[in-house]
Amino acid sequence: MNHAIFERNSIILLIGALIVVSIGGIVEIAPLFYVQSTIEKVQGMRPYSPLELAGRDIYVREGCYNCHSQMIRSLRDEVERYGHYSLAAESMYDYPFQWGSKRTGPDLARVGGKYSDAWHVEHMRDPRAVVPASIMPGYPFLDRTLLDYSNISKRMKALKELGVPYSDEMITSAGKDVVAQISPDTKEAKALVARYPKAQVRKFDGQSPGENVEPTELDAVIAYLQMLGTLVDFTKFDASGPNLR
Amino acid sequence: MQDVLDERSGLSDTLALISAVIIGAIGLVFALAGEEEILRLQGLIILAAAVAAGFYVAAHPTNLREEKRSGYFDGPIRVATVACVFWGIAGFLVGDILAWQLSFPALNLDLPWTNFGRLRPVHTSAVIFAFGGNALIATSLYVVQRTSQARLPGKWAPWFVVWGYQLFIVIAASGYLMGVTQAKEYAEPEWYADILLTVVWVAYLLVFLGTLKGRQEPHIYVANWFFLGFIVTVAMLHIVNNLALPVSFLGTLSYPLFPGVQGAMTQWWYGHNAVGFFLTAGFLGIMYYFIPKRAERPVYSYRLSIVHFWSLIFLYIWAGPHHLHYTALPEWAQTLGMTFSIMLWMPSWGGMINGLMTLSGAWDKLRTDPVIRLLVVSVAFYGMSTFEGPLMSIKEVNSLSHYTDWTIGHVHSGALGWVGMISFGAVYCLVPWLWKRQGLYSMKLVEWHFWLAMIGIVLYISSMWVAGITQGLMWRAYDRLGFLKYSFIETVEAMHWPYVIRAAGGALFLLGGLIMAYNVWRTIRGDQPVDVRDQPAVAAAPELRPGVVAMPAE
Repeated sequence: MNHAIFERNSIILLIGALIVVSIGGIVEIAPLFYVQSTIEKVQGMRPYSPLELAGRDIYVREGCYNCHSQMIRSLRDEVERYGHYSLAAESMYDYPFQWGSKRTGPDLARVGGKYSDAWHVEHMRDPRAVVPASIMPGYPFLDRTLLDYSNISKRMKALKELGVPYSDEMITSAGKDVVAQISPDTKEAKALVARYPKAQVRKFDGQSPGENVEPTELDAVIAYLQMLGTLVDFTKFDASGPNLR
Repeated sequence: MQDVLDERSGLSDTLALISAVIIGAIGLVFALAGEEEILRLQGLIILAAAVAAGFYVAAHPTNLREEKRSGYFDGPIRVATVACVFWGIAGFLVGDILAWQLSFPALNLDLPWTNFGRLRPVHTSAVIFAFGGNALIATSLYVVQRTSQARLPGKWAPWFVVWGYQLFIVIAASGYLMGVTQAKEYAEPEWYADILLTVVWVAYLLVFLGTLKGRQEPHIYVANWFFLGFIVTVAMLHIVNNLALPVSFLGTLSYPLFPGVQGAMTQWWYGHNAVGFFLTAGFLGIMYYFIPKRAERPVYSYRLSIVHFWSLIFLYIWAGPHHLHYTALPEWAQTLGMTFSIMLWMPSWGGMINGLMTLSGAWDKLRTDPVIRLLVVSVAFYGMSTFEGPLMSIKEVNSLSHYTDWTIGHVHSGALGWVGMISFGAVYCLVPWLWKRQGLYSMKLVEWHFWLAMIGIVLYISSMWVAGITQGLMWRAYDRLGFLKYSFIETVEAMHWPYVIRAAGGALFLLGGLIMAYNVWRTIRGDQPVDVRDQPAVAAAPELRPGVVAMPAE
């Protein structure tokens, strides 16, 4: 073929290049949206509760993904160190995904329940107080900052537009649910757990719960960390059976 | 003909003023009604930039007839060249601070805006988009004019490209420090910064195409294929990967359109091609102009450059999934990504050979001209990292290297060795050419810069090989009883000395950058070169060289 046609016409060169660079992306990305087996059918996945979502937004804000992955690879040592390899279904409500690319610190995909709240509180305030060789920055400002959740229902509405199955009831009671998740033994908390099964309800940041106690940013972050990887019921998961992707 | 030019002059000013008013109005709305403090502050910055631009336009009415008579349009290129040096220093500095933070965590200061997580995107964006981007804008707009023998079209559009791009950088970086981020690597800027960049980028594409359209040469020179491929592909990648729904049009937060596995695939399709097109195709454009020009030799093989161009852009776009080996991404996609990554080795080395062999018959210049040495060593680093990349994309290798500092070392052999060195070489060429000087202020300082950067890179890469392979092996080590041998924190402790060595290497690289800034400043100021006799004739601005200036061969 005569290459001069590209060299003599800038628009033909432009269109030619655009066609050539489009192919790979179309072949690799488009099928992920319609091939059913891409995301496993699992029991237990639900959208984030409002407090967990607020915690996730803080995780994003602080750039935790720069050092922590949330993606356990299907390798023997990783499964033994961190738990069951991560499923696509486990991040299907993650906007944005936080799989990460670097483990300066350990993977967090299943960190939920691994440490106590008290450990997290201390670790966030001063990582080297609990792990002397840690090189993580401290986040002492989180428990001094009250959580701003004024637009939490707007955030959930945006996520609903994008495909997260938040019900209207979830969105209207979002603000109440934030407080409910740090108020154990209340009927609001019971309603929250009905909406978000397996949601953990307690004052996460070590302060005592009570009326008129406002959630801190640390409450939200720990609520998020403590639920990571705990939703899918792996007793009902069979990688080669009906969950097969 | 005169009427048309007068009419266009007026139109140009009017359009520029309207753009300034629109951008200023958006800034004003953000400043007054923004829901967060940072957005109000950024609104003020946008407003101030628009007001300054508006006043400047109003005070300098366009006369296209005069403009056209004045030859090539180099003002915006000078600004981009200085910006490249400035952001380079800023980016290297933040990078080295991060390296010391990893060695001594107390340096994080435990404040929101100094912690590693917020500073790291400042470093990556500053070096890739601010340093690299300005190098690309400066060189591409310089090269397209010279090889087309045509002036950049219009008057305000090229200025808008350059200053709009700086505004984008300021908005993005100030946002990171305040926690405004999409948390997607190398695509951290939030929706409003992304829109600004899109507008600037489309203007860039139009300016570039407009110059090509007015060319006096029938053929488009090979460097321009690469620049054009880079510009249009980056536009595609940027737009698709940043599709997002803002929670509020007066707030910073948005959520991306694609979640989980689709989001991951789209992000690394973008992420790897930010490397492939921003940091490779664009810089190959630099290679294809500045090496032949500086060596005064034609490009080694015309046929190879055709094969190089089409195969590189076709194959690169497939390589993204190698960032997601053994993850929840379907295996067919992983395998495709690995296969194309390995194939990519061939066009990469084809390009490297084309660049290196351009020196045929002029190898002695490596000894006598440190600027040529910067350009050629950068191509050697390009060859090294484009061999290492396909190697690391093999699933079995990747199972060891992924998530470790080996990846960081690999990126920096490309970024410091290839992108950094070729940009330094291009800047050292451009500054005397653009400011019409007899040569650089000091070639001796270029020599110092070269060796400091070289030693810095070697320390950086080798310490990261040690760190990455050590950590990867420790993670998978088992003891005699079949238990994992090391806790995670033990593998972190093993990183300490490699991290210190890396930070020291980075400091040398930064020092080299500072020497460059000094040298560039003295050259621009017009100081008499201290060693003009040691400089090749081609170091001087074309106007000041004896005899006819040869165009690079096509």
